[in-house]
Amino acid sequence: MSIESLKCKECGTAYELGAYYVCENCFGPLEVAYDFSGFDPVEAKRRIQAGSQGIWRYADFLPFEGRPNDPLEPGLTPLVRADRLAERLGLEAEIWIKNDAANPTHSFKDRVVAVAVAKAQELGFKTVACASTGNLANAVAAHAAAAGLDSYVFVPANLEEQKLLATGVYGTNLVGVRGNYDDVNRLCIQLAESRPWAFVNVNLRPYYAEGSKTLAYETVEQLGWELPDRVVCPIASGSLFTKVGRGFQEWLDLGLVTGSQPVFNGAQAEGCSPVATAFAEGWDVCKPQKPDTIAKSLAIGDPADGPYAIEHARKTGGGVDSVTDAEIREGIKLLAETTGIFTETAGGVTVGVLRKLAERGEIAGGERVVVYITGEGLKTLDATRDTFQMHEIDPDLESFEVEFRQEVAA
Amino acid sequence: MSITVKIPTQLRAATGGESTVEVTGATVGEALDAVFDAHADLRQRITQDGDLRRFVNVYVSGEDIRFQQGLDTAINEGDEVTILPAVAGG
Ligand SMILES: Cc1ncc(COP(=O)(O)O)c(C=O)c1O
Ligand SMILES: [Zn+2]
Repeated sequence: MSIESLKCKECGTAYELGAYYVCENCFGPLEVAYDFSGFDPVEAKRRIQAGSQGIWRYADFLPFEGRPNDPLEPGLTPLVRADRLAERLGLEAEIWIKNDAANPTHSFKDRVVAVAVAKAQELGFKTVACASTGNLANAVAAHAAAAGLDSYVFVPANLEEQKLLATGVYGTNLVGVRGNYDDVNRLCIQLAESRPWAFVNVNLRPYYAEGSKTLAYETVEQLGWELPDRVVCPIASGSLFTKVGRGFQEWLDLGLVTGSQPVFNGAQAEGCSPVATAFAEGWDVCKPQKPDTIAKSLAIGDPADGPYAIEHARKTGGGVDSVTDAEIREGIKLLAETTGIFTETAGGVTVGVLRKLAERGEIAGGERVVVYITGEGLKTLDATRDTFQMHEIDPDLESFEVEFRQEVAA
Repeated sequence: MSITVKIPTQLRAATGGESTVEVTGATVGEALDAVFDAHADLRQRITQDGDLRRFVNVYVSGEDIRFQQGLDTAINEGDEVTILPAVAGG
């Protein structure tokens, strides 16, 4: 296998493998193109299985000639059966939770950042940067620290405190911008023009995006080299959703797995649902929105990969749904109570959409469904505040018995 | 009315390296047409059938024109029109 070039997703123009992300002819986004001629699936499988316990076991499908040195290797997160969740939803289907909160900085963003930071080092950058809705900030700051690079992390200033604290601790230059994510993003695109920095999700975006494919590869491997029938996956910019689809497609094309693309269900918060709205209206492009939701990690009002996400949802017979803030809170609680997994608001969105699909009767008995839980509950604690009550008692037996009289008697 | 249109790096080959173009016009569409008159090659790079291509974002003094009247968005003396690639996710 070798990496061929960067290719425009819109018009196919090829570019050399550098820090480029936009086609000069049509302004379309660039994507990494590989040359898989001579690919041997048996040998490839052997190389994967003999590989490291993380994303670099899939190095043959990532844009590097060899396996980069990565002290914070993410990946190989648990894929667990969630029978009690299925039961609560009245489903006869197999529900699997891919718990990607179990990464070094507790979100799937470690995957994309590991790839982008390795590429930044290969290209000789000394400083990495990003525009973030929170999780990317954590990941960039941490991976930069591990690699000994300087970093600048730009976030909306009103982000959850937990996400700010879990970024600043790594000694990054944390910049809170008075605006929403789309404002932060625009500023970073402008900064990327003049600063000699690797903005992981701007000028290194073609490489960054490749990291999300590893979620598809792991899913296949953990299901015993089989594909799920359906996936439920959150959408902010649409990159994760699209690249999980591309990961499955690559392995189908290369003969590493047989079957067909799973049905893709995208999940957004109602307060920021440009992709769900475009899907419902039958549009090919998204109309930007001003986000207003507790799911701040998904609050991208102008999703760059929205058109590709819509296309993939349609092509696989899936869809893109949205849920209210109340449904997000319920989703977090439902997952915690039935699986012991505490997710952040993005996971609440995803579980909320799973529940919607169940209620609409869209999930058939016997279906195998993988639900992507992409972030950690401890980063968005406000979403669980006041959803339960603590029993406060004096430190004596009587006090306990008074509080729990009925239970103890029973 | 004098308007500054900022050209992103990726399009400067079409403007002879210029990062800004000074034009006149009452709307974003008129300003862009004036830019295309000066640098013909830009038109097909960022527009298709008279509309902006889907990965082209245009801002008037920082606000996305899709929140306003698109190409019909009115512009005033001293406004800055910025063309940027649509890219996001984080
Ligand atoms: C926890 C979490 N899940 C999902 C996403 C969506 O990622 P994408 O922008 O690739 O759609 C994000 C993005 O910030 C995130 O933080
Ligand atoms: Zn192109």
